[in-house]
Amino acid sequence: MSDEKWTVTFIIHRQKGPDSQPHFDEFTIEIHPEEFVLDGVEYIWAYKDRSLVFRHACHHTTCGACGMRVNGVEKLACMTKIADVTQDGGKIKLEPLRNFPIVGDLVVDLGPLYRKMHEVHAPEVIPLCASPWEGEGIKPPQETPKREDGEEYIRLPDCIECGLCVSACPTAASDAEYLGPAVLAAIHIQGIDENPDLLALADSREGVWRCHSAYECSAVCPSNVDPAWRIMDLRKQIIARRLKFKK
Amino acid sequence: MSKPHAIVIGAGFTGVAIAHDLALRGFEVTVVERGPIANGTSGRTHGLLHSGGRYAVKDQESAIECIEENTILRKIVPDVIEPNGGMFVAVEESDLEYREEFIAGCEACHIPIEEITPQEALRLEPHLNPKVITAFLVPDGTFDPLRLALAFAATAKSNGAVFHLFTDVVGMVLDGNGNVLGVKVWDRANDERYEIRGDIVVNATGAWVGQITKMAHGHVPITPTPGVMVAYGHRFVQRAINRLVRPSDGDIVLPQRRMAVVGTTSFSVDDVDYIPIIRDQVQMMLERGTKLIPELGTAKVRGIYMATRPLIGSSGPGRSISRTFKAYDHKDLDNIDGLVTITGGKATTCRAMAEKTVDIVCEKLGISAPCTTKEVPLISYRRFYVD
Repeated sequence: MSDEKWTVTFIIHRQKGPDSQPHFDEFTIEIHPEEFVLDGVEYIWAYKDRSLVFRHACHHTTCGACGMRVNGVEKLACMTKIADVTQDGGKIKLEPLRNFPIVGDLVVDLGPLYRKMHEVHAPEVIPLCASPWEGEGIKPPQETPKREDGEEYIRLPDCIECGLCVSACPTAASDAEYLGPAVLAAIHIQGIDENPDLLALADSREGVWRCHSAYECSAVCPSNVDPAWRIMDLRKQIIARRLKFKK
Repeated sequence: MSKPHAIVIGAGFTGVAIAHDLALRGFEVTVVERGPIANGTSGRTHGLLHSGGRYAVKDQESAIECIEENTILRKIVPDVIEPNGGMFVAVEESDLEYREEFIAGCEACHIPIEEITPQEALRLEPHLNPKVITAFLVPDGTFDPLRLALAFAATAKSNGAVFHLFTDVVGMVLDGNGNVLGVKVWDRANDERYEIRGDIVVNATGAWVGQITKMAHGHVPITPTPGVMVAYGHRFVQRAINRLVRPSDGDIVLPQRRMAVVGTTSFSVDDVDYIPIIRDQVQMMLERGTKLIPELGTAKVRGIYMATRPLIGSSGPGRSISRTFKAYDHKDLDNIDGLVTITGGKATTCRAMAEKTVDIVCEKLGISAPCTTKEVPLISYRRFYVD
């Protein structure tokens, strides 16, 4: 692998406090094309401007903290390679996620999402047998290995609560009360047959019928959740229940 | 009488666990953190809930801390842990030289292990190197770093702790004798500067403790020791896979969500704010990782990151320094009152680090309040945002 660095200009959204006027600052740095956008942001904070605020924690897509808009598209900055979003001598524009309150610069308050995930009691860990398998879409695998003691393996779920889907969703942009893609996906994963409270939420005014089928959520999801498919499947399940009860 | 007020600097694992412990023991708690929760070493940990097996031969103090705390964390915060155990595997004849020492070490540290046949190892973990010679099951686990920290922070917050995030400590408020009365801070999200005063300041900034103690004209001997981790986009294994060797580079592969994470290395740096990725080390993770899981070579890299351990001591290569922790009262160290520093340790032992630190704080302030964090379950990490 070449050690040659690129010259890249980061154009970063700046805003101190939720009520001040936003603007953009430019920072030109030398960075390896195989490094990630988050590395560039951290470099700029370390050597160019200590006042910059941004969210990050794990740097490897398990925590969901570093969601932002990179050249207008929702991405996890930690898995977005410089080479995939610009070129030598090029620019990268960074903006905070949409549809969340701004805290400052690139930081938004993901509280509304976490609160809704809490309300629908989205599981924090799930059995492996309930987790979609690689390469098999979102369907659970036919067979999963068991532990040596015969118990199910437990794993962290796919959804990392990063908020990219909410930021990309045109419905969320016009309706803050809309449950939104991640939350509806969390309802789908738990099942409406088993959870009457979730059925009522999914079938409510701010539930699956609010969705305009833009599919932007699934396009930006970095973690294989496919919320749009799940919302459509919830609609099918709800319609099927209505038909069944009519008979 | 009003509650004693403790200011905790740092919201990594140590800081949030200290905030939780202090709040339970009746303190008014203010946490100051220059970024979001767990943005430094804590967030970038490998995510291994250590059984202690890794340290059972060379660093038994750490090994014993790990197995004790592993058991406690499984009980108090199960919702951020994949409790699927771990495996130590020998894949080359030379690995067997370590077998006897490993068995004896685990026994000495009371780490329950079970030797299984290569056939059983491959049945449990089909992607394992088919050349496996022997394997041991150990009670390792894996955890989500941010959510582990958030669970402590959420519980602290529910007990009254106040968090000032994106807020740098830029100086100390000192009395005429150089004792610490509080901190001067800069809220970078709102660009505001102010002071916070308290009865005690706890410096829980890990690899950055030196920057804080310097502001108080004190010192603490630590060696910032980074290592690289590489995350691949396929969950090849269901439990932590460790090579049956003395702790070395690239000898652990962990599952996490849909990933396999290989780590790590150990070297020294001076500036810990930005550690560039060292390409040779990434290549080494692949080479070493494929000795455990050959198919890693076919998977797409999802993330590469460097984390800086705050090892105690001031010299020597990283692997030879103990992974244990130490809390310092700067009254003893530098004749500065009002400041306690905690550093060293591991994510797995953060609760014990907090217990030790808060014990010192209580003793200093003449407060008699027993630690209860071994028994108190943490609330859901999401409630950090629920209020």
